[in-house]
Amino acid sequence: MRINIIGAGLAGLSAAITLAENGVKSNLISSMQSERAQSVMAEGGINACLNTMGEDDAVENHIEDTIRGGVNLADKSAVQGLCENAPEIVKNFYNLGVPFQTNENGIVQRNFGGQKKKRTAFVKSSTGKMLMTALIDAARRYEAEGIIKRYPHHVLQALHIQDNKCQGVTVTDTHTGDSISFFGSVILASGGMNGLFDGLTTGTTQNTADVTAMCLENGVELANLEFIQYHPTTIAIPGKRLLISEAARGEGGRLFVNRNGKPWYFMEEKYPELKNLMPRDVVSAEIVEVTSMPECENQVYLDMTGIDKKVWKTRLSDLREQVIHYLALDPMKKPIPVSPGIHYFMGGVWVDSEHHTSAENLYAAGECACQYHGANRLGGNSLLGAVYGGKIAALTAMKENGKQEVPAELKRVQSYSEVTPLFRNSVSQILGNHLKILRNEDDLNKALDELDLMQNKAANPAEIRLLGLAKATVNCALFRKESRGAHRRTDYPETNPDCQKQTIVKNTKVFFREINQL
Amino acid sequence: MKLTIDILRQKDSASVPYKQIIEFEALPEDTVATLLNKINASDDLRDINGNPVGIIHWQCSCLQKKCGACAMRINGTPALACDTKLSTCKRGKLSLEPLRKFPTVRDLIVDRSLMMDNLRSIHNWLEQTAHHSKKAAELSYDASRCLQCGCCLEVCPNFMPDGDFYGAAAFVPASRILAQLKKNNPQELTALYQKNIYGGCGKSLSCHNICPAGIDVEQKLSNANAIAVWKRFFSS
Repeated sequence: MRINIIGAGLAGLSAAITLAENGVKSNLISSMQSERAQSVMAEGGINACLNTMGEDDAVENHIEDTIRGGVNLADKSAVQGLCENAPEIVKNFYNLGVPFQTNENGIVQRNFGGQKKKRTAFVKSSTGKMLMTALIDAARRYEAEGIIKRYPHHVLQALHIQDNKCQGVTVTDTHTGDSISFFGSVILASGGMNGLFDGLTTGTTQNTADVTAMCLENGVELANLEFIQYHPTTIAIPGKRLLISEAARGEGGRLFVNRNGKPWYFMEEKYPELKNLMPRDVVSAEIVEVTSMPECENQVYLDMTGIDKKVWKTRLSDLREQVIHYLALDPMKKPIPVSPGIHYFMGGVWVDSEHHTSAENLYAAGECACQYHGANRLGGNSLLGAVYGGKIAALTAMKENGKQEVPAELKRVQSYSEVTPLFRNSVSQILGNHLKILRNEDDLNKALDELDLMQNKAANPAEIRLLGLAKATVNCALFRKESRGAHRRTDYPETNPDCQKQTIVKNTKVFFREINQL
Repeated sequence: MKLTIDILRQKDSASVPYKQIIEFEALPEDTVATLLNKINASDDLRDINGNPVGIIHWQCSCLQKKCGACAMRINGTPALACDTKLSTCKRGKLSLEPLRKFPTVRDLIVDRSLMMDNLRSIHNWLEQTAHHSKKAAELSYDASRCLQCGCCLEVCPNFMPDGDFYGAAAFVPASRILAQLKKNNPQELTALYQKNIYGGCGKSLSCHNICPAGIDVEQKLSNANAIAVWKRFFSS
């Protein structure tokens, strides 16, 4: 039986190729073709301990940095697998033709946030696009052989779950409106929950959060929804936030704020070891703090003027073009104004270290899944997590494929419905106003009240479940009465060791569970 | 600024297209993508004849010219909606049409599956470990940036949807694979390239300046030709 993959970004492609390499057929279902997936936007690089920079790096350091960056909330056994497999994954991409920058020792690595060694392999600031092109080409071979069957303009209409067992999916062809149903296991690779924060994230409009909302609606467990990563260096452009890659700081960019009229390099003063390359949750929170000080201006700048010309040419030329295009400022010559923006969702569909969800025959990988990153993701670990997670989900699904009972027929489903732009915008405004970098109980309760007022305006099943997911996210944030990683409560500013657990949400119930225990 | 927007609408693939003219207040710094989002978020917008506008169907994903989803004909030229500022509209006029070389699905959405089919039919994949060189790295980086948006095919005088010539949307990705082949190990792609690309290109190079990603299309063509046709592999 074909395994059904929802999403054709890096995690979905990785799953499809892994299955194909093992002779297992799949349906690769996506709202648009792979070139439009959010993975193409990833910029700075992919982490792997290649030890090519003469810094005596070891896999243990990568594991340690990832766990520490995630403030002890990541699943250690899963992270170990991730980091141990990372060098092989990067070498495989090199063999597939990804033009990583190299030197006489092999693939060059750059500094990235939260990591003490140079461990991030890159192609300028277009790493995601390069990895995607390589995987799209690799998958094409299996498509031609009929092993991977693409459905490139199809959206999930229904997830069939009966007695906590996934039986298959019904998808809608957005070009014709026709529905098709597929029996069999399902791997979700549908991306992060940008659709809850329309216009407020660095991601794509195609990551609508609808698949995650459908999981919640069907009693599939979600986890850690309160951990939303604000990337410290973004700029507002029409309709969204534009990311200024961490590579800018990895290559020497410095953050400052004008204090009493003079530039104050606050990160360097406060964090003498990692300086501007502290984990993203720390940098974003510091930006909020310094810009609220009376002696400081309300604007932080990223100063890249000290970066060597050669580095600009060989490693950051695309980043420079982007800044000039959108800001009409040359970052080689002038500091650019930046502010934090929503960039990544550490939480999502709960999975164990083999990428099982809480429902049988249903697996999840990539940003839609809650895995690897704990309370805060390190830069360079998302591409890695997507590729590795997709692979592990595929191997697990493959092992269990064919054992499931095939129902005589799938239950009748409601026709496909979409969230209207007005409704999405209203939900996003509420969450954007109250789920900020710093939160507190009053604010979160206000968000719930405002979301309750939206209940009567929800006109179709997609809007009802989006609202359900929005409330679940706020409820997770209310439930976690501590500050940890990307979740910072002004009413509970300390990290509480008793809360070193996953926040689970099932239907409308929220509770804590030990990490990686079902 | 007050804009007069002339949009080619189409209910579905079987319907007859029709023009609709809308007057809309917009900001010059907005992009066509922002404008479409604003129009779609407007309550009860009417065209100049008083007819309801409803949702204008179009595609977008990244909104920062990295995904190619929002390609359409803007004032007669194929471009990305997220990359076209309204300040470029002359005399406050804007025309929007779907790309013409692909079947229209509805309004500004077209079915670009043909480009995926063509890349499959020329076997555009590596069947061997990539050969890396400095020259190949530069070419691979640039070619790998192809968005598969279809703008290059829209302006190509030789590309026809049912024809044998697959255009820049195929030779740019093919140049990446060709540059990484080993000399004594040519793939099916080299033969298929000659049939579906080299033989059909009239060298008008109208694709050269249209690429929204700014890929040096002409260089990719000459490199790919050199490898596939003249067997000048990058590997020694």
